Amino acid sequence: MSTVEQSGARAPSLTRARSSHQMLRLVGRRLALGVLTLFLVSIVIFAATQVLPGNAAYAVLGQHATPDRVKALEIQLHLNRSAVVQYWSWISGVLHGNLGTSFANGDAVSHLVGPRIMNSVVLVLLAGLIGTIVGVGLGMLAAARRDGWFDNIMSVIALAVTALPEFVVAIALVMLFASLALHILPGASFIPPGVSPWSDLSLLVLPVATLVIVIVPYIFRMMRGAMIEALESDYVEMAMLKGVSRWRVLLVHALPNSIAPTIQVIGLNLLYLAGGIVVVEYVFAYPGMGAGLVDAVSARDIPTIQFITLVLAAFYVFMNILTDVVALLASPRRRLPRS
Amino acid sequence: MSTETVGQRPSAGHRPVARLRRREWLAVLGAAARSRRGKIGLSVAAIVLLVAVIGPFVAPYSSTEFVSGTFEPPSSHYWLGTEVLGRDVLSRVLDGGWLLLAVSAAATVLGVTVGALAGIMAAYYRGWRDGLIMRIVDILLAFPAIVFALLLVSIAGPKIWLVVVAVAATHAPQVARVMRSSALDICEKDFVKAVELNRIPSRKIIQGELLPNLVTPLMVETGLRMTWSIVIIAGLSFIGFGLQPPAPSWGLMLNENRIGLVSNPWCMIVPAALIALLTIGLNTFTDAVARVSIGVERPVGEEVFLEERLIGRPLDSLD
Repeated sequence: MSTVEQSGARAPSLTRARSSHQMLRLVGRRLALGVLTLFLVSIVIFAATQVLPGNAAYAVLGQHATPDRVKALEIQLHLNRSAVVQYWSWISGVLHGNLGTSFANGDAVSHLVGPRIMNSVVLVLLAGLIGTIVGVGLGMLAAARRDGWFDNIMSVIALAVTALPEFVVAIALVMLFASLALHILPGASFIPPGVSPWSDLSLLVLPVATLVIVIVPYIFRMMRGAMIEALESDYVEMAMLKGVSRWRVLLVHALPNSIAPTIQVIGLNLLYLAGGIVVVEYVFAYPGMGAGLVDAVSARDIPTIQFITLVLAAFYVFMNILTDVVALLASPRRRLPRS
Repeated sequence: MSTETVGQRPSAGHRPVARLRRREWLAVLGAAARSRRGKIGLSVAAIVLLVAVIGPFVAPYSSTEFVSGTFEPPSSHYWLGTEVLGRDVLSRVLDGGWLLLAVSAAATVLGVTVGALAGIMAAYYRGWRDGLIMRIVDILLAFPAIVFALLLVSIAGPKIWLVVVAVAATHAPQVARVMRSSALDICEKDFVKAVELNRIPSRKIIQGELLPNLVTPLMVETGLRMTWSIVIIAGLSFIGFGLQPPAPSWGLMLNENRIGLVSNPWCMIVPAALIALLTIGLNTFTDAVARVSIGVERPVGEEVFLEERLIGRPLDSLD
């Protein structure tokens, strides 16, 4: 066994009790802060949709609504009461699972949004998983032969794709695979409500591919950068000089030390997907939360807007905490106490 | 009297420093423009910029005039054919960029200014102001950018000023976070401590000592944010909540002409390509600036630091 690995293994064990205690406290503090943030976020959502500029009743009914109808809607929305009372009745309803009824068709919001959440989760998880594997793999390969032809080509592609809007990627994919060049995939999904997207996997290919193409460059670049730094370090040189095989150096010595910053970028990209689904689901008519939000905003369906944004924000806040904790656990250096 | 002279000397002394710094950021931009990446990025972005700026003056038809049948293929009259309502695609392409660029630039300037001020103030004052600013940042960062913009647009409708404010509001917290972490390093430096001892007002210290030293990270941030402004605003227009018809806009054109993808693909390919070239060019140039600026302030080889800055979130916020 190498000296490097030994020293790496010994240091945490000396302070394991202390550091795991610290970890728990850190996670606890982060969770408490997350709940607080989410509470404040709910106030922002509520204020933006129901209290702030203009009258929500007019927003729903249009400028030419009759006073009677406005009055009726105001009572239905409790707009005639104080903002605090309105907020309380909304948030306690959400906490009890009573999300109100959609303005668009009078259906219960939970009934409308529930299946969409599952569809979006499938999309985000698939894209996140595939994107992570592809990004980490390509990043390692590029770093292993730094400045080789593979590294050069991939770096240029990554730089170009980094800033590409997802709707441009989506349209390019539709042109290539669904309309102009080839006709092998459906350009838009026609999943009736209530049917699982798993029922026809070909419908998932293009939306997932779009999201993967959008997130891979970030993961690739961070993995490549972190790996290059790790490969330049003394412990890798030491291992090389001892004659450890190239792949072992890459996987056992360099990878664990470069994965922590990469995990944070993977987390950031999963967060990004929460926004990315809005445009991508819209392009492919995929029945998820993102397309639901676009529909709700066009229909001025306030209860649905409030709930979907709250769900996306909750995903954001807790994903952030999860990312930091996993990165902390994965990073041997950061796991040690600061002193 | 004595405090006055003590107070004046550093302010008289720091002026040449500021000038030197000004040359430094110009030097960074120049070096970036001369690097291979910078050249490519700048020229790609410049082509699109030219189309957007000169386009409205050379467009053969009015961009809102119905000149012919719908989805006609390219001909000698209509070089790129006609679109969904029978308007000339070329004229709409030429006229559809400047508003996107202007709105994106406005949102970028607003967002970067507010965010940088908030971040620098948080780093300089620390204490309750830091806590308050960073809590607000946390709340705003809990929304995906496009979702936050949609939330703001959902009630008052897609007015241009609201789109600017909404997009700026999604930039400001990110900029604040980055600038705070850069400013924290500088606040610890001896020359800031020395000026603080001389009872110079905080506003002057921020202006005279902190800002000149934060110009390079600020340039990188501005480049990144401009790229994102374009992505978000074109995206909002694409889903129907950004720039409004009948005025032409590249993002909007993509959506309007979706059903004509097969009969006249040019009405989608050209706007999509222009948006793509614009974001690729800007991002490539920003990357070149970041590389040069890190060469100036950090030893070469700090790949992770570079990527962190370009991804837009300092990763030191773990505890």
